Order: sequence, then structure tokens, then C-alpha cells
Amino acid sequence: MPRYILGRVLQAIPVFLGTTFLIYFMVFAMPGDPLLALFGDKTPNPALLAQLRAQYHLDQPFLVQYWYYMTGIFQGNLGVSFSGEPVTAILARTFPVTARLAIMALVIQSVAGIAVGLVSGLRKGKLFDASALVVSLILISVPIFVIAFVAQFVFGIQLGWARTTVGSGAPTQDLILPAFVLASVSFAVIVRLTRSSVIEAQSTDYVRTAYSKGLGRNRVIPVHILRNSLIPVVTYLGTDFGVLLVGATITEGIFNIPGVGNTLYKAIVLGQGPTVVSFVTVMVLLYLVVNLLVDLLYGLLDPRIRYV
Amino acid sequence: MSNTPIDTVPEKIPERSPDHFVAALDDTPLVDVDSVTVGEKPSNLWIDAWRDLRRRPTFWISLVVILFIAVVAIFPTLFTQVLPDQNCSLDNSNAGPAAGHPFGFTKQGCDIFSRTVHGASTSLSVGFIVILLTTVLGILFGAFAGFYGGWLDSLLSRIGDIFFSIPYILAAIVVMSVLFAYRNVFVLSLAIGIFAWPSTARVLRAEILRVKNSDFVMAATAVGLTRFRILMRHVLPNSIAPVIAITTISLAGAIVAEASLSFLGVGLPPTFMSWGNDISQAQSDLRTNPQTLIIPSLALSITVFAFIIIGELIRDALDPKARAQR
Repeated sequence: MPRYILGRVLQAIPVFLGTTFLIYFMVFAMPGDPLLALFGDKTPNPALLAQLRAQYHLDQPFLVQYWYYMTGIFQGNLGVSFSGEPVTAILARTFPVTARLAIMALVIQSVAGIAVGLVSGLRKGKLFDASALVVSLILISVPIFVIAFVAQFVFGIQLGWARTTVGSGAPTQDLILPAFVLASVSFAVIVRLTRSSVIEAQSTDYVRTAYSKGLGRNRVIPVHILRNSLIPVVTYLGTDFGVLLVGATITEGIFNIPGVGNTLYKAIVLGQGPTVVSFVTVMVLLYLVVNLLVDLLYGLLDPRIRYV
Repeated sequence: MSNTPIDTVPEKIPERSPDHFVAALDDTPLVDVDSVTVGEKPSNLWIDAWRDLRRRPTFWISLVVILFIAVVAIFPTLFTQVLPDQNCSLDNSNAGPAAGHPFGFTKQGCDIFSRTVHGASTSLSVGFIVILLTTVLGILFGAFAGFYGGWLDSLLSRIGDIFFSIPYILAAIVVMSVLFAYRNVFVLSLAIGIFAWPSTARVLRAEILRVKNSDFVMAATAVGLTRFRILMRHVLPNSIAPVIAITTISLAGAIVAEASLSFLGVGLPPTFMSWGNDISQAQSDLRTNPQTLIIPSLALSITVFAFIIIGELIRDALDPKARAQR
């Protein structure tokens, strides 16, 4: 196991260097003044422009700039936002809200997705299965911002069950509706993944053996069928984190939740390029770390992976 | 069951041992299975897939929907004579349906139906340019990495990993923020496509790794074809099916990406007809004038839904294992 961990961490280093270099390259190696381009049609404050120029070492050659930027990241210096507040300070304030929302969404999508997928797979071709398939296809097709508006309109305005925007401090009961919206797409994918692996597991030799040993459905379904069907779901949760980040940006923006995603959303909408770049970098780094952790977890769950 | 010792010799050797132990073909029902009509075209993956697809009503329904959207995108004036962005009058702001304006007006007093009809071409063009890009880049990277292997594979696969590690909407947000002044359909498609190709490359690489050890590749090598010719003539045509299978689903993904980026305000500028732009501008009128939001959302969702359904059917039809499971 230590060898597996070391191997995975070493593999992650070139990807980490590559992604940060790529983002940096896209922003600062473009022809023209990258800072002016980032401000779009707005005229930036000269003081801010000077500060940003110093921060990104724009008077130096490109590779030197990148070196400063990387050493900065390792020292926990992620730059300064548009308003002059350090990005790390904004993260410290907004991250707990996003983490709460993301954990709620993760719980909803995993529990509901696995439950519906299991029942669908066990009753393949029945009415429940057919309707679960149709609903999951609809949820996969409809973009998350449309789902968010439908949820706001139906549950917030028509039925009055929830508030359409989240109050200050983001109380947990206000986050329930956004968490369901955020969970919807991945819920549908998890239903389909669980369903197909449950169908596959039902015709395997070990399930037949379990039944022929005389075990009942109450034992075979949770222990033999479900547990082995969860491997693709765990793998999916890693790649799903990217969907969750983009989804959180849009959901937090629409419901006005004071999280990391909303900060990025506002920066995008207001055209504050440098802040956008800092926050996307943070999200990509987070995504890399989470995927590394999922890989390590996967090795822990499935011994076959470790020895490849 | 009798336990005959091995060294027992049969007392009487049959006078004539049979040529084979299978009943004559004419005597068995197998004759139907084994019969080959010489004139019949030999079946292959594509013919089987088409046979499977054409029996499915959902395939025909989604095909009709997609063709209809394509006609709307190419000839929008067949469906509405109202110009989408001119003749907008603030007198009509958020007004309800009127004669010639079946869904009413937006906040700016533009005709909702006309804007939605004219938005179709934007979504479809972005979708098609993106899959063109991802397919070309994916085939280039995937084919060379999978077929030649070695250091080229390591290099190309690591490059793919880097692009794959950035969720493509986040990457497109950065690209579009930098290229804010040059926002148009082509630049937006480029921003999405540049980060979406690694999944195509991965699928193709895996399939080529499987195919390149086939007997027909060895035969081609024995005949003396060059490596490049073997790749182009024998390996690639036999490994392209999974790429085709995911193409339609990626097209749906690209349409969603365009709408999401336009919704965020880093997609196409407001002068372009785009469902994402219309939805973005309508969000503040959710309470007062919900149809400004509902009509473009519905158009977007139905388009993506049709492409995803047909994409899944094509994917299943091209995968003999999935076909057998149904």
C-alpha cells in the first residue's frame, strides 16, 4: 500500500504542474496586455493595475513569472481579489458554506441514487425501472440552471415551501432546496450506474452461489449484490467533483448562497478577470486533490487496483 | 457409471470408424443456423447496429425532433417572420401573448418565440464545431498514443491528462474571460473543444490497444505494409466505433456548455441569439413573466434531451455486449 500511495502522488505532480502552467499560460502568454484583456470593456483603476502588475511580476520573462506564481501557491499566497482582499481570506470565509452545501448534495445524491438504482436494477423492465430511467434521462439533459429555476418557481413561488434566495449566514434549512438542485444531475448518473451494475451482478457466479448456499434475498442483496455494485459509483464520485464545482458556481449564484462558487459567479458576471482566474485555479487544485484522494480510497477498497 | 480401466482394450474394433462424430447436417435443425446465403451481404458491426436502431421507435422520434431542430436552425424565417432583435419596443415590455406573438414579449419588448427560433442555430453550430474539434484532436492523440506506444504514448497521454484534469467549463470560463473582446461562436467552440477532447482520445486509445493485437494486423504486417498504413487502413477503421458512439452525447454536452457559459455571461455577447443569453436575461422576471424563462429553457432542454436519447441508442447499438444484455 505505501508503494501504491507513493506512486499515485508522484503521478499527480506532473499533472499538477501542467494544469497550473496551462492556466497561467492561457492568461499571461496571450498577445497584448493580459491585465487589460482581463478587464474586458472596463477601465481598471491605475492603482489596482499597478498592484496586479507587481503581484504577477509582469515585467519579468514568462517563465520567471510562472516560477514566482508557483512558489506563491506553495506559500499559501493565492493572490488578491478585485476588492483588494486576499483570496485566502475570502476562501476561509466562504469555504465552510460551500462545504456544507456540497456535503448535503453528496449525501442526497449518493443515498437516493444508490437506493433508486438498486430497486431499478432488481426490477429491471418493470414500471418503477422504466420511470426511473426516464426521470434520470430528463435530469441529465436539463441544464442545472434550468433545474434551479424550475425549483425556485415551483417550490419557492408556487408552493411557498422554500425561500428562493438564501438568507445571511446561509442557515442549513435554506440550503435544502439548493442542495437538491445541485444533487440532481449526479443523482441521475448514480441511478444509472448502480442500476447497470446491479443487473450485471445478479447474473454473476458468486450471486448464484450465494443463493444456492441457501442465503435469503435479505442477505444476498445488501452484501453480495449491492456491495460489489458500489465500486463504479465510488469511482464516479471522484470525476463528479468537477461537475459539483461547476454546479455549485451556478447554483450558489442563482440562490445567492455566500459560498466559494458564488464569489466566482459574481466575479464572472461583473467581469473581474483576475479574481476569476484565482478562483478557477483554486477549484482546479481542489479537484486534483480530491481525485488523488479518491484514487487512494479506491486502492484501499479494491485490492486488485494496488498491485497493477 | 462404469469404471473401465484405461488399459482395457475394446474387444471388438469397429470395422469402419466414422469420419466424424457429428450427425449429417441434413438431419439436424442446425442446418438453418449454419446456412449461408451466398448472395447476402456479410453482416458487420455497422449493419447490425443499424438493424438494431431502426426497430426502435424512440430512435425515430428523437431523429424527427433533431431534424426538426436542424430545419429551424437553418431556415428560421420559415417559422417566424418577426425579427428577433429589431422592432423591439419597450411598450411591449413583458407583455403577454398577442396576435403573431404566440408567447408574448421579453422585458426588452422582443418577441420570445422569434428569439427562441433564431437561437437554435447558435446551439447547433457550437455543438457541431465542438465535436468536430474533439473528434479530430481525440483521433490524432488517441490513435498515435495507442498505436505507437512507448515514449510517444507516455507524452501524449500525459498531455491529455493535463487537459482532462481541468473541468472543461471552468477552463472555458478562464479562456473566455481572457478573450472577452473576441467572443463569437468559433472562439467559444474552440474554448470548449480544446478541453473536451481528452475523453475521446482515451476511448480511442483503449480501443486501439485492444485492436492492434488482432490477427489481421499481424497479417498486414506480414504482407509488408508500413506501420502508418496499417494504422490508417486496418486499425483505425476497426476502432472508430466507440468514438462515434460517444460523439452524439458529447454534442449534447457542448450545447449545455455553451448555454451555461452564455448564462454566466462569458459565452456569447448579448447581440447573439443564444438560449443561454435569453435565460440569463430572463432570470429576474421569474415571478412576473415566467414564459420569458420557460420558452428558451424548454427549447434547450428538448434539444439536449433528443441528442442524449439518440446518443445512448447509438452507443448501445454499437456495443454488442450492451445489445446482448437487453
